[in-house]
Amino acid sequence: MHELSIALSIIEGASQEASNRGGAQVHAVHLKLGALSGVVKDALLFSYGLACEGTFLEGSELVIEEVPVIVYCSACEAEKTLDSIQRFCCPTCGTLTSDIVSGKQLELVAIEITEDPEDLEKSIETGQFSGIGL
Amino acid sequence: MSTQPRLVEVRQNVLKQNDLLARSLRHRFESAGVFVISLVSSPGAGKTALLERTLTRFLENGCRVAALVGDLATENDAARLARSQAPVKQIITGTVCHLDADMVQRSLDGWELNDLDCLFIENVGNLVCPSSYDLGEDLRIVLMSVTEGEDKPLKYPTIFNTADVAVITKMDLAEAVEFDLPGALNSIQSIRPGMEVLELSAKTGAGLDEYLRFLELQIESKAAVGNSSTG
Repeated sequence: MHELSIALSIIEGASQEASNRGGAQVHAVHLKLGALSGVVKDALLFSYGLACEGTFLEGSELVIEEVPVIVYCSACEAEKTLDSIQRFCCPTCGTLTSDIVSGKQLELVAIEITEDPEDLEKSIETGQFSGIGL
Repeated sequence: MSTQPRLVEVRQNVLKQNDLLARSLRHRFESAGVFVISLVSSPGAGKTALLERTLTRFLENGCRVAALVGDLATENDAARLARSQAPVKQIITGTVCHLDADMVQRSLDGWELNDLDCLFIENVGNLVCPSSYDLGEDLRIVLMSVTEGEDKPLKYPTIFNTADVAVITKMDLAEAVEFDLPGALNSIQSIRPGMEVLELSAKTGAGLDEYLRFLELQIESKAAVGNSSTG
């Protein structure tokens, strides 16, 4: 099980991003997890809770969006979503394909933070704040 | 001042550090003209036995070869491989179930890469975790032995999808364990259509020549690409 190593990498990346953006507290971390990433969602959620203890991210929620494998079918000349990662064939016409378009993602997509009001004011003044509002 | 959480877009690969390190390793290997092959399999599939034969044969053919061997706790594999007279280093990972690019980089200390033509990296026996980590290799080989059952690829599609070629080992035992070779080949083609599959026995040597020839072709074709792009 390497989900603990993955959780530590997520925490490292998210902490770095939060501090770069003047975040005082991280409420949630959003992750995209491909079906071919080699990472198991439940094991990662379990590891994340443990790995966060005593860190800047303690108490934050890990929000995982699982994404399927998308392949290119040369017969249909189109991208198709695989029904199962045990069968690499076009779900429409059955043509075999190993042309993977996506599905290996292990991507830190976004973080939900509250900024330290003082830091936020400073970054707005200097034009460095690049967050997107929700 | 609002204290509502704000969603800040990040968009970065979680394993960015490993991927960056792997890229730098790949560059280093390429500059030194070293072709790097990694071996992954479940424990006991025969990585070390195959590697021992491979190192011996490569040395006989004048190829300057070395190996890094990952293991959770022991140095037994390095001791076995050292019998081939090739330089071998053990990477003991402790409780970590896979090798990563940092472990590979650190274990290269003291080796002059320019003195090598080929480097093998034997991963920790595990069909799950190594799939996530790029080690900077040129070729990743996944091994499965006939004793594991023909549906192994269906159970571990991710590792087969990160590997370049599959090798079925311990073919000398195929009959005794009633190994279903067509079933295994179907399983592999189902999760990785078009994947090259080699069958061999490191013990009897059956299929070994074809395997070594395959590796040599890979090394030669990379060298040819390298030469044409520089010259």
